[in-house]
Amino acid sequence: MNKIQVITSINHEEVEFLCEPQETLLDVLRETLGRTGTKEGCATGDCGACSVLVDDRLVCSCLVLAAETGGREITTIEGIATEEGLHPIQQKFLDHAALQCGICTPGLIIATKSLLDRHPDPDETTIRYWLAGNLCRCTGYDKIVRAVQDVARDLAGPA
Amino acid sequence: MEAFAYVAPSSIDEAVAELAKHAKKGHRAQVLAGGTDLLVQLRGADIEPRILVDIKKVAETNRLHLGKNEIFIGAAIPSAVLNENTELVELLPGLLEAADLIGSTQIQGRATLGGNLCNASPAGDTIPAMIAVGVSCVIIGGKGQREMPVEKFVLGVGRNALKAGEFLVGLKIPRPKSRSADAYMRFIPRTEMDIAVAGCGVSVTLDAKGLCKEARVAIGAVAPTAILVPAAARALIGTTLDDAALAAAAAACSDAASPITDKRGTIDFRRKVVGVLCRRATAIARDRALARKALGV
Repeated sequence: MNKIQVITSINHEEVEFLCEPQETLLDVLRETLGRTGTKEGCATGDCGACSVLVDDRLVCSCLVLAAETGGREITTIEGIATEEGLHPIQQKFLDHAALQCGICTPGLIIATKSLLDRHPDPDETTIRYWLAGNLCRCTGYDKIVRAVQDVARDLAGPA
Repeated sequence: MEAFAYVAPSSIDEAVAELAKHAKKGHRAQVLAGGTDLLVQLRGADIEPRILVDIKKVAETNRLHLGKNEIFIGAAIPSAVLNENTELVELLPGLLEAADLIGSTQIQGRATLGGNLCNASPAGDTIPAMIAVGVSCVIIGGKGQREMPVEKFVLGVGRNALKAGEFLVGLKIPRPKSRSADAYMRFIPRTEMDIAVAGCGVSVTLDAKGLCKEARVAIGAVAPTAILVPAAARALIGTTLDDAALAAAAAACSDAASPITDKRGTIDFRRKVVGVLCRRATAIARDRALARKALGV
């Protein structure tokens, strides 16, 4: 097979890799680059476990070809925490026990970041629709919604 | 999933040359835009290897232009980008709400109107909405450019009018006149993230007295393709879009439907519901047109 050379940026770091034409961004993140924080659930774009940001746009990395990502800025779960510690979204997910098995969590945290970047003060309906593409079979979603509301409240600062 | 190659031409000419080259060799070249249907299909039962021609780097497929007389929507613009354009949403609320019903936030970050149309699913939500607003498909191939009314573009389940070597560049839409508006409604058993059991797109134009002078009604998921229903439009034109006119248009939609029974709905249910959707979507389009009239736009 004719491998394709791709130079892209992942979490603000230049990354170069070779991929097959049919390999997805998810395949390359996990298998080629060893960044296994992004999870594979359904591999058909239904579950959101593989959510990443490409140029700040929320997408399923299982539905993006790796070959398409040259010159883009990709944000994965590995780019969310800083050296100082967890991102506030991550901390609130812990505080609210908004996870159990954890497979959906990286995707939900990325999707929440994308939500709050665009809608810093979302109502519950907006939260539930925005996160409707992230399936969680453990929590029943309520704790996740509470965690997101709590982050939004903190980001808004004291009333 | 298998592929021979991935290419991303950077101009219309390059894309046409690429598609022509593969058509000549008898290779199966597949145009890629958002990929939300295509990548799933490539992994599924249909695994014949092919060349993927990504049209997203062609400037024209990303062009969005809101002209005085005409709107152009490039075939590769993700629906999330379209729905962030408030002027476009105000001009074509029905078409944009149809796009907003498809898939999750993630899917909408990639999925395109052009892809929804080319995929040619009987249940594609944007197709009846596009028929209602009179979309013209801009197609380019080795023999140059041609245009085709959207209601003629889909030939059957999963089949479209593109010939080998051609691709869909974008959609042309007449800019809605004053006192015009569109609406789209579908029925699904869930609240979101589902496939239409039936759908209906409507656009109406009122005259200065509030009488309907133009109308287009299209129905989806109740026939092998989305279809224009001229009888429903005739039932609306010349009326104030009162209950009697809405009921007559609804009956015309139910008559025009030729649905199947499957796990999502029966023939009888779909036939009835598509009429209800026509009635409700027409009322929404009417109220939007009246609101625009009140605003003087």
